[in-house]
Amino acid sequence: MNPKTVSTFGRLATQALLIVLAAIVLMPLVWLIAATTKGSNDQFHYTFFAPTVSVQNYVDLFHKTDVLQHNLLNSLFLASTTVIVQLFFSSLAGFALAKYEFKGKKLLTILMLATLMIPGQLTMAPLFELLHRLGLVDSYLGLIIPGAVSVFGIFLFRQSIMTIPDELLQAARIDGCSEFQIYRDIVMPVSRPMIGAFCLISFMGTWNSFLWPQIILHNRNLFTLPIALSQMIGVYNQEYGMLMAGTLISVLPVIILFFLLQKEFVAGLTAGAVKG
Amino acid sequence: MKKPASDNSRPSRSFRRQHKLAPYLFISPFLLTFLVFGCYPILQSLWLSLYATNGPKSHVFVGLSNYQFLIGDADFRTAVWNTLVYAFWSVFLQLPLALGLAMLLSQKWIKARGLLRMAFFSPNLMGQAFVAVLFGILYVPQYGLVNRAVHPLLPKLIPLDTKWLQNPNLVMPAIVLASLWMYVGFNMIYFLAALQSVDQELYEAARVDGANAWHQFRAVTVPGIKPVAVFVLVTATIGSFQLYELPYLMLNNSAGPKNSGLTIVMYLYQHGFVTGDLGLASAIGWSLALGVLVLSLFQLRMTGAYKGEAS
Repeated sequence: MNPKTVSTFGRLATQALLIVLAAIVLMPLVWLIAATTKGSNDQFHYTFFAPTVSVQNYVDLFHKTDVLQHNLLNSLFLASTTVIVQLFFSSLAGFALAKYEFKGKKLLTILMLATLMIPGQLTMAPLFELLHRLGLVDSYLGLIIPGAVSVFGIFLFRQSIMTIPDELLQAARIDGCSEFQIYRDIVMPVSRPMIGAFCLISFMGTWNSFLWPQIILHNRNLFTLPIALSQMIGVYNQEYGMLMAGTLISVLPVIILFFLLQKEFVAGLTAGAVKG
Repeated sequence: MKKPASDNSRPSRSFRRQHKLAPYLFISPFLLTFLVFGCYPILQSLWLSLYATNGPKSHVFVGLSNYQFLIGDADFRTAVWNTLVYAFWSVFLQLPLALGLAMLLSQKWIKARGLLRMAFFSPNLMGQAFVAVLFGILYVPQYGLVNRAVHPLLPKLIPLDTKWLQNPNLVMPAIVLASLWMYVGFNMIYFLAALQSVDQELYEAARVDGANAWHQFRAVTVPGIKPVAVFVLVTATIGSFQLYELPYLMLNNSAGPKNSGLTIVMYLYQHGFVTGDLGLASAIGWSLALGVLVLSLFQLRMTGAYKGEAS
């Protein structure tokens, strides 16, 4: 469609429709924030915000659950560690695939593509057995080590590193840079936008993952936020305000990170799809 | 370029050897983990699916009877049916809505496009588990936001005490609605990126030829966004087959009344990690993988993505 073919009325109607739809989409989020600020008496008296703001839900969350004391820190630790390991593995492997010729490169690429088509749940039973044998069940290593592999991340980095001109790398070699120095001092700094996108996508993946941590973690002290919340709805399913406070605390770190890395995120998300 | 042999030969040989070795060194941390924790379990699960197990320790060879059990099990059929219904709505409701939104939002004359795009995308910042906890409460009868918002619009159809998560017939619509909220904006981002890459002059040319809006859509938009659309279609289908957290947590850690929210992955979790039959879990995993594979190939064939690649 073109500006000339759409009437003023059509434009106003479209604009209004989009605003109404956006408001509908945002409503549950506003409700979520409102629910955390209402005391138990006001919870159902007011659909959104009550005239008096209460911090009771957060106080309850602190006293009745470990969300603020343990689970938040657990999730932060686990997600950052996984992101760092994934970033290192994926960028290094992506660099190798983008800028070197080596034996088995084609085979490896095909193998990686094939595993992208396979749902992760297929390997859960044998992986559990393997980790059990290695003594890694009920430990963070049981989440971090299998999580270190990100085929998606490798393709992301391969794509972006391929756009770095070979002359640049060759010049560095002539200046006496080792191959690892080239990776560290040239490839990584140039790939900064992709690193931002990857970190956010990978962080969100680990932060929100539920099924595998549910299988691996048994010790309460190790629980991440999604697992802690699933326990909470079992016990406190009537305490809506507190549940919502736990939910809001759980999504806040991702939202903050998103606003920091917003631009890179959209670019990274669509890079694979648009370039094919 | 010729170089004097004597002085440069040694560094250049070590340089060349380093250049040859480097990719192997760079790929090895990933490769090792990939082979042990990615590839080995895939093969192992095929073998394991032929065994009855009780936890990781005891194995009894049972041949294909895990698969036989699945074919005969009513719960498994419910799980497959529910997953298919969900996948159907994900593809035929969610994706057209996402494309429609993207087409409206890609109009240059829309004000505050960035803000609107952000608003539509924002639910995706919450993980499925957290969305599930939120919607578990939004669907509460009498007081929940969903009933309070929808009841005034459809007073006869949706009474204020509609029990979305207690009535087996309403559980699936409730799941689809929550998933719609979460994923429409996400898929919209892909369509927006695709629409931006369509050459605007093609629209101009089509208009000169007298094409109306529908013809322009068919002749310019569809071919322009096809690669991305196929990508979104296939990934959305694969994703919807893996549905688990959303119903499980929305239904208070259960499969819901009369298993109305039971999905294939939930069934896998129950049998593999609650009951402890890792063999059966592997058989379920393979059934899921084969289903996804067949459907993805079918979609690629139907959309002609193969042909596009070849020509």
